[in-house]
Amino acid sequence: MQAAASMTVRVRPAAGLMLAVGCVLVLAAISLFVGVADMPLGDLISGDGSAQAIQLLLVSRIPRTVALVLSGMSMGVAALIMQMLFRNRFVEPTTTGTVEAASLGLLVVALLAPGLPVFYKMVVASGFALGTTFLFLRLVSKIPAGSSLVVPLLGLMFGGVINAVTTFFAYRYDLLQSLATWTNGDFSGVLRGRYELLFIAGGLAVLSYLAADRFTVAGLGESFTRNLGLNYGRIVASGLAIVSMVSAAAVVTAGTVPFLGLIVANLVSMAVGDNLRRALPWVAVSGAGFLLACDIIGRVVRFPYEIPVGTVAGVLGSGIFLFLLLRRRARFG
Amino acid sequence: MIEIHNLTKCYDEATVVDDVSLKLPESGITAIVGPNGAGKSTLLSMMARLIAPTAGRVLVDGLDVQETPGAVLAKRLAILKQNNQVNMRLTVSELVAFGRFPHSGGRPTVEDKRHIDEAIAYLGLNELRDRFLDELSGGQRQRAFVAMVLAQDTKYVLLDEPLNSLDMKHAAAMMKLLRRTADELAKSITVVIHDINFASIYADHVVAMRDGRVMLEGGAVDLMQELVLKDIYDTVVKVREVDGHRLGLHYL
Repeated sequence: MQAAASMTVRVRPAAGLMLAVGCVLVLAAISLFVGVADMPLGDLISGDGSAQAIQLLLVSRIPRTVALVLSGMSMGVAALIMQMLFRNRFVEPTTTGTVEAASLGLLVVALLAPGLPVFYKMVVASGFALGTTFLFLRLVSKIPAGSSLVVPLLGLMFGGVINAVTTFFAYRYDLLQSLATWTNGDFSGVLRGRYELLFIAGGLAVLSYLAADRFTVAGLGESFTRNLGLNYGRIVASGLAIVSMVSAAAVVTAGTVPFLGLIVANLVSMAVGDNLRRALPWVAVSGAGFLLACDIIGRVVRFPYEIPVGTVAGVLGSGIFLFLLLRRRARFG
Repeated sequence: MIEIHNLTKCYDEATVVDDVSLKLPESGITAIVGPNGAGKSTLLSMMARLIAPTAGRVLVDGLDVQETPGAVLAKRLAILKQNNQVNMRLTVSELVAFGRFPHSGGRPTVEDKRHIDEAIAYLGLNELRDRFLDELSGGQRQRAFVAMVLAQDTKYVLLDEPLNSLDMKHAAAMMKLLRRTADELAKSITVVIHDINFASIYADHVVAMRDGRVMLEGGAVDLMQELVLKDIYDTVVKVREVDGHRLGLHYL
């Protein structure tokens, strides 16, 4: 809900958003043309020898770029929604055990029903993620409100415990390698036919805009929400469902990228605030842009070898995260 | 009218609100006073369906708050709790605009915008309307929350210790503002308040609680008696008249 006076004042940020979309499109174009195999633009247009180039474009480059955009935007949106529901700036699916639970779910499927179609694998993984995140939310609401850092610390430990269980079974059944690919984002393996579930995550991210006001109100707290006549439990449940499905889709396709959503959501909050009507589009666009940039860096730094995007994002991200922590302390200390 | 019938709230063994029955008037300021742990805030939260009672019921203009859909009640009754730890970056006008949500459903009309502007002006927040909440002082933020509740434009407004984070100047200004709101906009405002002198000066109607029970229901004059106050607060409070107001001196 845009407030009365801001309608006129905030025309410019809309232009800013357009500019940001433009930047993402440029990054996406670069992403299409960076890779080990040569794919000169001329070949695509001229027509001679183009069959191979077009094949490369359709099977590898476009899927990879689309997957990056979908993952980036949905992870950013998931993190922002989660930060509203937990009322904490430092949560996102990788700091609350959500992703670890999705991996555990996927491992359970790999052990018990390895032949299950990938869509159902995702459903099971999101079920695990949803249950665990809900449990964690209940746990957090029980601990007294103290430092806002307690929640992500608890979440990281919680995730660590789940991960220990997963690792134990993965080790026993020789699945450690698969486990690594689920949680460490790497888009080098993305090919046509192996990323399409991300469209569900992207679709959910877009759909969540319809409930933007409700998530903002939930961020004000349960009393505010109920005072305004909204069903707090229903908002939390739908938000966690979106977060879980996005996390599960990421885990079963290219893997998650730790801290991506957290950083993007915090930067956007500083710049445009937390009114989700305005912040959600920004988070989606910045998430896509940040992930594309990290992936391009990972492809270029040691060309022709690749560094997984999760590693690049981790290095860049932990730096920014540290900056956020110190800045926050300076403000409140 | 808000009717409270035999309202009780128990947590495990402890009874926080014990068989309270009250009728709160359609207009004016009602102050709920009493020592810490008297059950004032719990009573207020139950009146606004934020907490479910163990027994008894609350009727707002005949509507049972536990059974009436939240969206219907939100147009009649608004509550602001104490200690609103909001660390969200919303601007003042965005926050106040959310007060219109029960009416607008997220699509504010011209009418909604008028209410938003009026509430902002009423609390003297015009210069701060585009500032983020986390850039405001505690008192300014409190005023922004009250503006949000006023924008909700309900007949009944419940405020849980609205003076909590305010200094002397702003506390007095807030009470004057509530007085003006009750008179000019014909609202029924119920405040949980610690300072009996504010209740004495500004309230039309006083409810005094202790140990979950209502000790006294009446006018401010009925409360401001030394024997009555000793009974409620279990401490000696001298009462003196200053400029026509009865003030309690618990410092002595």
